Amino acid sequence: MKISETWLREWADPNVSTPELAEQLTMAGLEVDSIESCGTGLDGVVVGRVLTVAPHPDADSLSLCAVDVGARKPLRIVCGATNVREGGRYPAALVGTTLPDGTEIKRRKIRGAVSEGMLCSARELNLGDDADGILELDPDCAEGATLLDVLGLDDQVIDLDLTPNRADCFCVTGVAREVAAINALDFTDPETAAIEPVLKDTFPIRLVAKEACPRFAGRVIRKLNLRANTPTWMQERLRRSGMRPIHPVVDVTNYVMLELGQPMHAYDLDRLSEGIVARYAEPGEALELLGGQDIELTEDALVIADASGPVGLAGIMGGESTAVSEQTRDIFLESAFFAPSAIAGRARHYGLHSDASLRFERGVDPEQQVRAIERATALLLAVAGGAPGPVQDTISKQHVPARPEVPLRPERLARVLGVEVPAEQVEEILTRLKMDVSSSNTGWRVRPPANRFDINIEEDLIEEVVRLFGYDRVPETPGRATMQLAPATESRLPIARIRTALVDRGYQEAMTYSFVEPGLNERMTGLADPLELMNPISADQSIMRASLWPGLIQALTTNLNRQHSRVRLFESGIRFIRQDSDIIEEEVIAGLAAGGREPENWEGLGNSADLYDIKADIEALFALTGAANEFSFTAVEHPALRPGRSARLDRSGQEIGWLGELHPGIIADLELQQPPVLFEIRVAPAFAAVPPAYVEISRYPAVRRDIAIVVDQAVPVAKIESAVREVAGPVLRELTIFDVYTGKGIDTGRKSVALGLILQETSRTLTDAEVDGVIDTVTECLADKFKAKIRE
Amino acid sequence: MRDLDELISRAQADIGASPDLVSLDQVRVRLLGKKGELTIRLKQLGSLPKAERPAAGEAINQAKQALKDSLRQRRSELEGQQLQAELDVAAVDVSLAGRGQMPGGLHPVRVTLERIEAIFGAAGFAVHQGPEIEDDFHNFTALNIPADHPARAMHDTFYFPSGKLLRTHTSPVQIRAMMEQGAPLRLIAPGRVYRCDSDMTHTPMFHQVEGLVVDRDVSFANLKAVLHEFVERFFERRAELRFRPSYFPFTEPSAEVDVLSESGDWLEILGCGMVHPNVLQTVGIDPEAFTGYAFGMGVERLAMLRYGVGDLRLFFENDLQFLRQFG
Repeated sequence: MKISETWLREWADPNVSTPELAEQLTMAGLEVDSIESCGTGLDGVVVGRVLTVAPHPDADSLSLCAVDVGARKPLRIVCGATNVREGGRYPAALVGTTLPDGTEIKRRKIRGAVSEGMLCSARELNLGDDADGILELDPDCAEGATLLDVLGLDDQVIDLDLTPNRADCFCVTGVAREVAAINALDFTDPETAAIEPVLKDTFPIRLVAKEACPRFAGRVIRKLNLRANTPTWMQERLRRSGMRPIHPVVDVTNYVMLELGQPMHAYDLDRLSEGIVARYAEPGEALELLGGQDIELTEDALVIADASGPVGLAGIMGGESTAVSEQTRDIFLESAFFAPSAIAGRARHYGLHSDASLRFERGVDPEQQVRAIERATALLLAVAGGAPGPVQDTISKQHVPARPEVPLRPERLARVLGVEVPAEQVEEILTRLKMDVSSSNTGWRVRPPANRFDINIEEDLIEEVVRLFGYDRVPETPGRATMQLAPATESRLPIARIRTALVDRGYQEAMTYSFVEPGLNERMTGLADPLELMNPISADQSIMRASLWPGLIQALTTNLNRQHSRVRLFESGIRFIRQDSDIIEEEVIAGLAAGGREPENWEGLGNSADLYDIKADIEALFALTGAANEFSFTAVEHPALRPGRSARLDRSGQEIGWLGELHPGIIADLELQQPPVLFEIRVAPAFAAVPPAYVEISRYPAVRRDIAIVVDQAVPVAKIESAVREVAGPVLRELTIFDVYTGKGIDTGRKSVALGLILQETSRTLTDAEVDGVIDTVTECLADKFKAKIRE
Repeated sequence: MRDLDELISRAQADIGASPDLVSLDQVRVRLLGKKGELTIRLKQLGSLPKAERPAAGEAINQAKQALKDSLRQRRSELEGQQLQAELDVAAVDVSLAGRGQMPGGLHPVRVTLERIEAIFGAAGFAVHQGPEIEDDFHNFTALNIPADHPARAMHDTFYFPSGKLLRTHTSPVQIRAMMEQGAPLRLIAPGRVYRCDSDMTHTPMFHQVEGLVVDRDVSFANLKAVLHEFVERFFERRAELRFRPSYFPFTEPSAEVDVLSESGDWLEILGCGMVHPNVLQTVGIDPEAFTGYAFGMGVERLAMLRYGVGDLRLFFENDLQFLRQFG
């Protein structure tokens, strides 16, 4: 909320500088976002009274004005505005001035006529958006007076970032009360004089939804002159509070809202029929709002209606049919209290947002409706004349919210804060905040003022006390806690260890958005039923990722486009998978590698990393579990992976992930210069670890025997290995594959596989006969199972 | 005997002049081989008169020993030279880079998360996780943000057609932990959170760490102490902190915490407060018996301050040039 400092200081004026005031507000919980000076660059702008207006001899759109700026001689000023008239008073920028937008005012010729200054619009002075004509000043402004003085521009606009609990500070008096409390100034809300009615006219008011609208003050005012101008000072205050002056009635009701925090509304009395009712909308009712938007009303919408139906959405926005216009002469003013629960969320429901709803949904003082209507009447009469009727304060007393008495115990205060605030200081602080404090046998009973909707329980009071006591005066006391020891499990591989392993193998960790583009998600997962957001930021971030691959592929694209030719990325995070009607959030670790196997070095680029390089990285992760033998890689196709170069990863028969080269179709569509190898592993099933269990080591010599076999190319080497292990038994300590060969000397469709078997017993030295026996068994088995031919 | 002296001096000269091990060996064979000059002399000893034999034998043996020494010495010299020559040829440029894989690195947000977890972990804060897709109850209602509460407008929430939502903070994790474990409790909840907001200073996804302590006598003074210590450990410097009143529906009193930057500005780094009694009641903890504090911090924000990163969006672009600067 923007607030003018001079306006604020009119109500509470502590002897502190502007920055100190801002600091005080911030430290009391009313955070100051910014402070902006108002009159910057306007030192050389004065009030000019136009004496004569004559047409420019050479330009139809320009006039030659003689302008009295309080000097001995009037200035000759060329003016292009259509609203310039004799006798009018306007801001005149004198020669030598530099306006806020950087324009330097010089004596110069305009189409042959000398101009000794410039008459300015609001926009040229940075005083508003209006650039349609020059700014009209009040007729009582003295010629030559500086604009700074006339408009009170020696002022700062303080922008407060109000928290939703402090509804009471949504007005100048509210902030002033706070400033007074902080500075221990005496503060009483200024009296508002009652305006004696000169008419007997009233307009019937009936409260039907009494809980939602327990109080509705109204007043008829007739014979207003709505062609009158809102005085400059009021326009200025509205402007500094971020509002555009519109016409006197709207300006006055806005002004009262800014001053007292009471949103008001004015109806064109002639366009209302029979009487006003505050009630909930009936099924099927509709309303045309100010500005012409039509809405269908739901039954939880509180409306103000007349005999014709709803004429306003209570506390949010008025209706078009009864809106005040320049032709209006008679109005009916509304100053009501609507319960926060009857307003909260409604504006948002209709996509509306108004200054009124902002205040009502947080809570408006239910005791100031009459005061506000008197204040508005006084201002309106001063601006636009008119004859007021009596104030009609319609009230359902038992429904007006009363602030509860809240207990406050000194022990609780000390326990929550960790500091003893002296009792007399507690009482003094609460009293400064206009709370009624009385003693009780446990401490105090405190009744907050009517506008403090945020004070309901003891903690609310504790916060009030410490807020004014000073957060900085609460000591820092290290807490005591029960000692507890940290777990150090070996039955699960910590995810941090997995990440570290990948980092050490050359991968860079990426973090990508959890929402991705639907098309890419489907291509990378083959899943066509994505989890869609209702309100995505954009179409390409509209569904939850079912894999980390889409994000990684995008990161790859980014990096390739930025000329990184070797990319190794991984990400550790959640993927979202639909399972029946549930959504499974599954932790996975995924990665990709594109480009050289190793960083380019002085021996050249080297080979591109292929499936086996990345497989080694994955096997390294699996080895960390202590159960590498439980993992297997099976040739299975995947929609994102290249057929013949993809593998499903299993652990003890359970699918735990995928590995493979990216599908050529996707490479082509994404125009990737470096095709990546990808992997994704489900963390929970893959990385259960097996705590080591000691197996006796052997001190007897090991024997290595190598055999080479020729088998069909389709036979997976892993099957050969497991068959060898099975048939050889525990005497086989290690098995390595040291050569796989196809080509010259081997029949087409066949391959040669060379196996190295290391045999060892733990209790004795193996004899040659025993070794030969094992090798014979192995070769027989291979011949039998895989039609293997032994190569000599 | 004169010719023996002559033989020796000639042999010594040949040994010394042998340019390499092969010619040296030829010299050795010529002198000491089976048919070597000295070997023959020894064999011829028998033809000498008996009285001369001992003296002549000794002279030959001495000569043989001397030649052997010279041969050994020359061999060692030549071997040294040869080794040196081989080493010279095989010398490499040690200034050339090593071959092979270089480590990658962790994401700066990860590094920051891990540091936060380490700092609090050492003080017995357990790390808790919770779902990223939450329900209204855990994300709002249980945190004292009922439907239509104005504070909901501060959370630009992503919704699913089912009514579920992407959590807007990691605070729902504290609700789950309190409901499951009751008090006392000491935890941090790191994780991804989502807000429907995207501009220069907001990304629709970011990371938060929420902390919670509930115990018999936990006070605002304790909260101030733990956060001050945290900030100093995190930034590894003495730090001046400012606790300023604020508002969160789930804490009261609430505070924003600012840290004084090295350039003298107050920078907002986290929000905190005493757990609101309504929250404790909702999760079945008696607010008269237990009090608690909670705090929440934006991980990207802390990383930006720690590493001097100016643009939040860089964290999710994953440009290697950026990523390689960390962890």
